[in-house]
Formats: sequence, C-alpha cells, structure tokens
Amino acid sequence: MLKELSCPKCGAPVTLENERQKLVLCSFCNATSAVDFEDREHPRLTLEESGVIDSVQRIKGASLWGDAWKRLLKNRLAVLGLVVLAVMFFLVTVGPAIFTGITGLTADYIPADGNLLKSFPPSMRHPMGTDEAGRDIFARVLQGGRISLAVGIISTIVSLIVGVSYGAVAGYLGGSIDNVMMRIVDIIYAIPYILVVIVLLSVFGGPNTQVLIQWLPSIIVGIIVGVAAMLAAFWLYRRLFGEMTARNLVERLLRFVVGVLVAVAVFALIGAASYLVGETGIGTSLAERYSDRVNLGLSQIFLLFFALGLVSWLTMARVVRGQILSLKNQEFVLAAKATGVSTFGIIFKHLVPNALGPVIVYSTLTVPSVMLSEAFLSYLGLGVQAPYASWGSLAADGVKNIAIFPWQLIFPGVTMALTLFSLNFLGDGLRDALDPQTRKF
Amino acid sequence: MALLVVTVTWGLIRIAPGTFYDSEKKLPPAIEANIKKKYGLDKPWYTQYFIMLGNVTCRTMAEDETTINGLQFNVGSSRVKCFDFGDSLKYEGQSVNEIIRRHLPYSAIIGIIAYLLALVVGGAAGLLAALRQNSIYDYGSMALAMLGLSVPNFVLGPILVLVFALGLYLVPAARWGGVLNLILPVVTLSAIYAAYIARLTRAGMLEVMRSDYIRTARAKGLNETTVLLKHALRGGIIPVVSFTGPALAALLAGTVVVERIFSIPGLGNIFIQSVLNRDEPLTLGIVAFLSVLVMLLNLIVDISYGFLDPRIRYE
Repeated sequence: MLKELSCPKCGAPVTLENERQKLVLCSFCNATSAVDFEDREHPRLTLEESGVIDSVQRIKGASLWGDAWKRLLKNRLAVLGLVVLAVMFFLVTVGPAIFTGITGLTADYIPADGNLLKSFPPSMRHPMGTDEAGRDIFARVLQGGRISLAVGIISTIVSLIVGVSYGAVAGYLGGSIDNVMMRIVDIIYAIPYILVVIVLLSVFGGPNTQVLIQWLPSIIVGIIVGVAAMLAAFWLYRRLFGEMTARNLVERLLRFVVGVLVAVAVFALIGAASYLVGETGIGTSLAERYSDRVNLGLSQIFLLFFALGLVSWLTMARVVRGQILSLKNQEFVLAAKATGVSTFGIIFKHLVPNALGPVIVYSTLTVPSVMLSEAFLSYLGLGVQAPYASWGSLAADGVKNIAIFPWQLIFPGVTMALTLFSLNFLGDGLRDALDPQTRKF
Repeated sequence: MALLVVTVTWGLIRIAPGTFYDSEKKLPPAIEANIKKKYGLDKPWYTQYFIMLGNVTCRTMAEDETTINGLQFNVGSSRVKCFDFGDSLKYEGQSVNEIIRRHLPYSAIIGIIAYLLALVVGGAAGLLAALRQNSIYDYGSMALAMLGLSVPNFVLGPILVLVFALGLYLVPAARWGGVLNLILPVVTLSAIYAAYIARLTRAGMLEVMRSDYIRTARAKGLNETTVLLKHALRGGIIPVVSFTGPALAALLAGTVVVERIFSIPGLGNIFIQSVLNRDEPLTLGIVAFLSVLVMLLNLIVDISYGFLDPRIRYE
C-alpha cells in the first residue's frame, strides 16, 4: 500500500509512480526529495539476506595496523622474538613469586646452613647454580631481569617523550627554529655521551644522592619557570613580528638581536628562580629530613632511567623530524589549519599519530641499546648497585670468578643476550612490517 | 663546543660532594685550608672557573714560568700556552698531558686495529650477504651479525678468555705485551662494530645494486667486477661511513670495558679511575681531549661524503 506523502518543502501532496521509487519530484515547488517509507510487503534486503553473495567471501577493508600485523606474523624470526620476550616478561614479573611459592624460600635464597656458602654448579635443585654467597642464580637472574627490563623500557619512554616532542616541534615550525634546534642536536651528537653519563652517575650516584635531593626544588622550579618563560617568549616574539618574513637587513638584524635578548632573558629568569629557591633553604631542610630514608639503590636506578633516557633521544628527534617534514605539507594538515586547530593541536593530534610507525620501530630498537648501556655501566660499578641486581651487574659479578665458577657469568650473560637478540629481531620485523618501503629486500 | 663540554663536566665535578683529599680520617682544619690554598680552591667558584678556562684555552705565560704543560707558541714577544690542564691531583707531579700522552697509545692501537678489523670482516660479510642474497651465506652472516649485536662485550671477552686462553692455552689471557696479547682484546672490541657494519653494508649494497646508475654501468658493457668495485661499492658504503661518527663515541665506551677485562693500561681505565678519585684536572683533560678528537673525526667523515658520492654537494 502506498503511503500518502507530502513534499517536505512546501507541503503539497505528491504521488509515487511505483513502489521502488526512491526520489519524488514535487510538481508544485519543483523540489526533489527522498522518499522515506517502509514497504512491508517488499522489505529491502541486505546482500547476505537476499542470498546474492551467499557463497562469496565478504571482503574486509585492510587497515594499516592490520596489514602490518599480518606482515609481522609472516616473519618467523620476529614472531619467535615476540614469543621469547613474552615468556621472559612473564617469568620476570611473576617468576620470583612462583619461585618463592614452590621452594618456600626467599627470592634470593640465602641459606641458613653455613655449608651452603660456596658456589655450586648447576644442579636439579639450582638450575643455574649458586653464587659464592649461596644465592640461587636463577632467582637472581629473575630479579635482575625486572630491573634490566625496567631500565630499558622506562629510559626508552623518557627518550620517546623528549625526542618526539623535540623532533615534532622542530619539523613543524621549520625555518630558523628548526635550524637552531637541529644544530643543537648535531652538537650533542658529536659529544662522546658515555663520558658525560659516567661523570653524571659518579657525581650524583651512590651516596651522593643527597645533593640531588637538596637541588630538587631548585631543579623543578627551574624547569617550570623555563618552560613558562619559553612559551611567553615565543608568544612575545610572534606578537612583535608576526609570521611575516623580514624585508631587509635591518629588520633581520633587529629580529636577531631581539631573539638573543629574549633567550638571555629566559636563561637569566631560570637561573634567578632556581637561585632564589635554593636560597630559601627548602632543599637543605628536605635533604636533612629525608636523606636517611632515601633508598640509595633505588635512587641510583632512577638516576639511570634519566641519564640513559636523556642521551638516547637524539636519533628519535631526527627520525620524527624527518617524518613530520614529509607530512606537514599534506592536505589534512591544511584542513586542520583551516578549521582553526592550534599549532600545538596540529603537531600532537594530527602529525605525531601519523608518524607513529617509525617511532614504534625505532623505540623497539632503542630498548636493547639502552639495556646494553645499562649493563655496561653496571659492569663499571656505576649502574645498578647491591643489594639490587640487573643482568649487567650479575654478569659483572660473574666476570670476577670466570675461571672457577663460569656459570656465574654464563647464565646471566646468555639470558641477557637472548633478550637483546629477541628485541633486535622484533625491531627488524616491525620495521619491515610497518615501513615496507625501507624494507631491506 | 669543546668548551661547552668542559664547562658541563667541570660544573658536575664541582657540584659533587667529596674531594680528592677525602680519606678515612678527618683532616685538621689547618691542613685542609692549606690544601685548598695550594690548589686555589679557596677562591670563589667563578674565579676558579675562569682560571680553569684560561688554562684550558690559551693564556700568556709569566716570565719566570718554566713548567712545560700543554702546548706553547711564540706570539710576538710573549709566549702563549694552550691546553694546560695542570697537574693530576692523584698522581702527584705528573701533568695531565703527560698522563694522556703515556696512556693514549694503548687505547689508540687497540681501537684502530679493532675498527679496521670490523671494517674488513663486517664489510666482507655484508658484501657476501648482499651479492648472494637469500642464500645460506646471507642468512648465516646476518644471524652472526645479530649475535654480535646482542652479546655485550664484557660477556664476550671473558668467554673468549675462558675458551682460548684458559682452555686451549693459545693466547695470553691479559696484559699488554706482544702481538698475541692483542688478539683477544681486538676481537672482543670489534665484534659489535663488525656486526653493525655487516648489516649496513648489506642494506646499502642492496639498495645501490637496484639503482639506475648501476644499470647504466652494466648496459655500457662493463664487466661485473668493475661495476661492483668502481661503482656500487662507492655508493654502498656511505651508510658505513656515516656510522663512523657514532661508532667512534661507542668505541670509547668499548675500550673502557676491554681495557678493564684485559688489564691494559689505556686511557679508558685511567678515565674511570680519575672520575672515581675526583681527580678533576685529569677528568677534564681526558673529556676535553676525547671530545675534540671525536669532533675532528666527525668533521673528516662529513668531508669524505663528497668524495664518495658526487651527488652530495656542500654550499
């Protein structure tokens, strides 16, 4: 039965010529409008319901991530790496608890029996042997894995945050700002950073953490004031000169002078703020009150996170900048600009998510390199310190007794090598999967 | 730039609590004051900084000054002295420059041989992998390279010692001596760079072999060897050359570990000792020296791009 219809524009009655009709033309006002009525006798069927594509497979649209995941699964080595990492992660997080549950011993397994205070080779009871204090090496390796993985992951996150913001801002703003920012990266790149990390760790590490506490209020205030001052300076600079290009030499010179003055002012402000906070004596009283309660081993590990994170952001910044440069002239950025999205919004909501592929790949490859650095520092006695252990420090302990108790070195060393191996394979696989263009054939 | 590094290092050392004359016993105040006076530590910090900066860069020498530290030049009638880091605080009577000069050769020899070995082995493995792509050689050398990347050198070193020195008695386990003593440290140090270089060479060569100019060279009728050596290799090793910069910085870290494992009296060991001893002039001297060295080598690397790839031009 046909419905009585009226034209949505002028209200004049319209008639349908047949039941399948979808559009009607109003003879009164000449407007075309869509017909919306339900035909109970001839319901519209979907393709499956009508049985047209009964046997034909439904095609699903391929998404970037779905495609990448499929490519990754085809890479057997990467999958192997993923599985090994998953097992390692599980063992390291839940392992010590299970170990304690089964054996009824503490995670370190310190024997009460004095006769056990020597290093035993691997046996059924101690699958990786014991060290010369009688501690089970398997348990130590599980405990050490927590710290090794934590250092690897958290330092990578630190480098991710710094590198992505820095690279994205430099790449998007472009021009002289980009130039200055990337020159700074070049300069830091040329510095043998490991020397600086060694000095940093030996200065603030170990029992010297008090100094860090004492300086903490000054540092925090300095950073806050610094960021605020930089934003203000940026705004001021924009306000003064707008986005116009300089027309002649005098204007350029003027801008240069103002830029330098603003930079000096920012640094002076940071210095003054930090100094004033230092003068109030908050830091000293904090240090006096809390220095006994600070866990030196843990604070050393936190220091490691930052020291390693802050030196490994350089390549990340370069990678991100390159991506942003190739993205920023595309239409979706123009659309965002036209709809009035702020610079900050464009960078972090539109550009960064689109540059995520290489960032993920590069962070997977940063984790093993950071873990290697951590092991290296622990080996030198500057990294993780007793009673805490990491794979690096365990291997370093093992090196001392290599000729007599080789298992003390071999098990932590092999565990670490296995993890790094898996991470590297996973990183390579991810690069091939997410970035097929740079695929190494 | 080097001055920046020196300033940061100096600042860090200064902030640190504890001094080089710290020991178990508390010193009487009079002696402490004397020590401070001798090393100029009684002056305010900015005066100390500028004195340090003056010594490190250049200053005119006093008429009666006779100690010879750093480099000396004659400018006009006055003598100018540069790069003077003063005497070490721990090793009394020895200047920083002397210490660096004495210990540098050990590190330099190991470092240079290791890098050359890595270049030869890694380059050959990468080339082989690229030319016989997807063959057993390819997979074999790439698996080895991955292994080289994943085994920390302070694990590899002792294991090599265990097998070749303590197990098979083929080479000495440690210390500086003949050529045989060099083998293990050099192999340990070069493993990771060989691995990197093999991967970079393979990737670079594969990309270059597909490029248009190689097709042109083949189309001209050049034989395969000429194409490979004269055309492809030049473009293919550019990634390897750009890796040299980061590799140098990492080589420094590597030598520290290797020197420690094999008890070699090189610069890396001295550096760690100086940091732990709070031997400020020595730390500063080594940091400044190595930074300048790395920066110079980076500059050479940048310049060499132009020779390798004629498409790269500097304005």
